[in-house]
Amino acid sequence: MPVTNGRYESAVTLKTGDRTSEAELIHRLRDGDEAAFTWLVDTYSPSLKRLALVFVSVDAVAEEVVQETWLAVLTGIGRFEGRSSLKTWLFKILTNRAKTRAVREKRTVRFSELGLEEVDGPAVSPERFLPSDHPSFPGHWSTPPHPWSGVAEQAVLRRETMEVLRRGLEKLPRSQRTVVTLRDVEGWPAHEVCAALELSEANQRVLLHRGRSRLRSILETYFAEDA
Amino acid sequence: MAPTSDTDWQKHMGDDTLREMACQELVEVITDYLEGTLPKSDRARFDAHLATCPGCREYVEQMRAVIRLSGSLTAKSIEPATRDSLLRAFQRWRDSQTRL
Repeated sequence: MPVTNGRYESAVTLKTGDRTSEAELIHRLRDGDEAAFTWLVDTYSPSLKRLALVFVSVDAVAEEVVQETWLAVLTGIGRFEGRSSLKTWLFKILTNRAKTRAVREKRTVRFSELGLEEVDGPAVSPERFLPSDHPSFPGHWSTPPHPWSGVAEQAVLRRETMEVLRRGLEKLPRSQRTVVTLRDVEGWPAHEVCAALELSEANQRVLLHRGRSRLRSILETYFAEDA
Repeated sequence: MAPTSDTDWQKHMGDDTLREMACQELVEVITDYLEGTLPKSDRARFDAHLATCPGCREYVEQMRAVIRLSGSLTAKSIEPATRDSLLRAFQRWRDSQTRL
């Protein structure tokens, strides 16, 4: 998968459907074309399940939510007018169902409240900087980040590195993990994340910042041990 | 929103918008910078600082790398049994459509 050509390129190619072929797909789906349905299920189910797991904790429940989503697609495809993309529609159905299940699981958490409690500490340890009363360079690096120099570009090819990142993401506080998953892993725009999680733009950014900073720090430690 | 109430650079620097950006401040506003929500004056301070600070340039690159790598994380698919049952549901749905 190419990752060197820009931030979201690989994500976009995989995760956003082409509108023309999408209209064709919807047409074929309505006509009962099983290959079209199979393609959709195989293409979007991994992302749908990952998204479901943001809201519900049990793997089996996430499976059920994905299944319910596809059944809702079949029931609703006749009425689908294509005003939003199929993908947006799909993820909206999933989000609603996953949230309903989360309420039933009593896991409902208001992000607007929870989020800020989970905002903990600075992005980088204060020990890495010169003191604020330093005569020439207050607040400047005393221990600057060691260059990754392309190591991160090769990292994607290395399963171990991606596992470190995946585990790091899993260990983030839930609200940070959710925002990073939607924004950086799934490639959602900020306003859609805010709408889905009922978060203000500012709080969304704080959570994204904490999550990304923590992941950088985890990778920095990993690359340092690796070197 | 301030990340912590008593971060050193905040106490020291006050709110003079023309002051040089410290590295410790940069690492806290970097997401606002990448999101394009950093106020114009701070953006200028950010860019000016980057031009002279290799450590912060590396830091920015690392944050960009984290974003790129996150976008490359793969997701596991649903269980084969779930997939099978979906395909069977599709066939039932299709049959019920054609009967109408």
